[in-house]
Amino acid sequence: MIFLRLAIKSLISRRMTVGLTIFAIAMSVALFLGVEKVRTGAQASFADTISDTDLIVGARSGSVQLLLYSVFRIGNATNNVSWDSYQDIAARPEVDWIVPMSLGDSHRGYRVMGTTDAFFERYRYRGGRALDFANGGRFSDLFDTVLGADVASDLGYKLGDPIIVAHGLESFTEHDDKPFRVSGILAKTGTPVDRTVLISLEGIEAIHVDWQGGAQRPGRAVSADAVRAMDLTPSAITAALVGVKSRLQVFRLQREINEYPQEPLLAILPGVALQELWGIVGVAETALIGVSAMVIATALLGMAAMIFAGLNERRREMAILRALGAGHTTIVAMLLLEATLIATVSAALGTLLLYAGLWVARPYVDAAFGLYLPINAPTIHELGFLLAVVAAAAFVSLVPAIRAYRMSLAHGMTIRS
Amino acid sequence: MKENTAINAVQLRDVSFTWTGRSPFRLDIEDFSIASGETVLLLGESGSGKSTLLSLICGVIAPEQGDIQVGGTRLADLSSGARDQFRANHIGVIFQQFNLLSYATALDNVLLALHFAPERRGRIGNPRAEALRLTDALGLPDSLVINAPASALSVGQQQRVAVARALIGAPALIVADEPTSSLDADAQASFLDLLFAQAKEANSTLLMVSHDERLGARFDRLVDLGNVAHVERGQAA
Repeated sequence: MIFLRLAIKSLISRRMTVGLTIFAIAMSVALFLGVEKVRTGAQASFADTISDTDLIVGARSGSVQLLLYSVFRIGNATNNVSWDSYQDIAARPEVDWIVPMSLGDSHRGYRVMGTTDAFFERYRYRGGRALDFANGGRFSDLFDTVLGADVASDLGYKLGDPIIVAHGLESFTEHDDKPFRVSGILAKTGTPVDRTVLISLEGIEAIHVDWQGGAQRPGRAVSADAVRAMDLTPSAITAALVGVKSRLQVFRLQREINEYPQEPLLAILPGVALQELWGIVGVAETALIGVSAMVIATALLGMAAMIFAGLNERRREMAILRALGAGHTTIVAMLLLEATLIATVSAALGTLLLYAGLWVARPYVDAAFGLYLPINAPTIHELGFLLAVVAAAAFVSLVPAIRAYRMSLAHGMTIRS
Repeated sequence: MKENTAINAVQLRDVSFTWTGRSPFRLDIEDFSIASGETVLLLGESGSGKSTLLSLICGVIAPEQGDIQVGGTRLADLSSGARDQFRANHIGVIFQQFNLLSYATALDNVLLALHFAPERRGRIGNPRAEALRLTDALGLPDSLVINAPASALSVGQQQRVAVARALIGAPALIVADEPTSSLDADAQASFLDLLFAQAKEANSTLLMVSHDERLGARFDRLVDLGNVAHVERGQAA
């Protein structure tokens, strides 16, 4: 087809401006697809933060707040759950397993969580995956600690290293009389567990035995050895993860915990709360998509402007075509073909850029943000988007095409160059 | 000079065209005709309305009134699209300069004429071979015609490619608008030799516009545009 060949040669003859235009559109396409990938990746990672847990129980507050502090280690609990209530719930016939969590202390910016060995068995993420140890193992001593992958790598800890837990989240007072020892380091999960310092529930109790109101009671310090002989049953915990024997019992158990007469408690379904939270986070996502769509629109307008600006110097070309018998529609079709070619090449190049970018950035993104970006063939949705870009390009090029049509009407065969 | 046959190659009667652009003018042509097979040199200074006359004959613009016939076909009877098609099939056009799509090869430039003209295409067995035969006859080396973009050719070579493009498929009428003005004297002579030889071979009528009277000796007839057309300038009527 001579026309396609001529159109391609014409574009190549203007390779500088056409190249820049293609690059701009390709970048915008890559940006949009990239945002889309990050968005779906983030949503999937987010929803995968916790799985196989039927209920999360905490003191009565909001469901999103409970989710935030119990799973994402963001914010604080307003209240605790008394040990008696915890035991009550644990003893209920519907409950298959229960994992207590005690939060509130920190280590160099990372949250410390007191829990039991059951946590390593029961906590699941990314569709039922269990926690793995990269090094070492569970707590074998009162003052053992297991580190999340990020904590270990960021702070450079290895097995056997001592760790001092600080009291509270942003305090300078430390439980330095009772240092912990790293007994295990977890493999990377891409969940907040990576940024958590895990110690046993008794360990939490042990470092607080001689504390009152945020400071050690003067003159009544208990040594690390002495504390081992004491009863370290906690008086309260922060939250608990619950698994039920039969999924059919989840709602009844939830209702009964929510109506627990002795203490105001809240039980939430993690999936529902995650969705609720994503609904809040999702506003940013919509804004991101909006912005990248605008970037594409801008790039396409740039292309229309490029074609438009080129029309004047191409009067000769059009006069020649007119003289050869090309109709006005041919002139319009020629410019549409040009825009379609530019957009098609741009879409292809943009997709290539995306995959190249993903390939390069994926390990980094996974390591830095715990965001797993899958590299897979373009989805129907993405192909549809690429088609839409090409169609939009043809549409905006109607502006210069109509202008060219008018010019060819007015100038006839006169060649002014 | 050939006998005036029943059907004229070009015939204009009582044609009036008004240009309403930035510099408005009005062109009136009472009677102008070219016999089939005739070679005519139309003399006129720039601004005498020759480009407008050529555009009218080619059907690129349409007159307000009057009758224009090309090869017996009344252009006013054709729709704008049909006029484009008619022009492609029956008229070969050569401009003063910048005849070619600079990014395409000379060969593609020649073949492009056939793309719009199925009748001319129908007269040729192998377009590519015919295009090369013509450019060869016009003294252009094949390698230059096939491989180089038109912008790599000299002005004289480009004009000869334009001749090949105008002549391929033997259209009835060749319209040339000062095709030699960008050439030096020697090149002019050899260019016209080639143009005449090829036009004769294709049995085409030749209408050429120039301001150079000295070229007249070669033509069957010399027409002063001033005697045929009346131009009025100023505010649009």
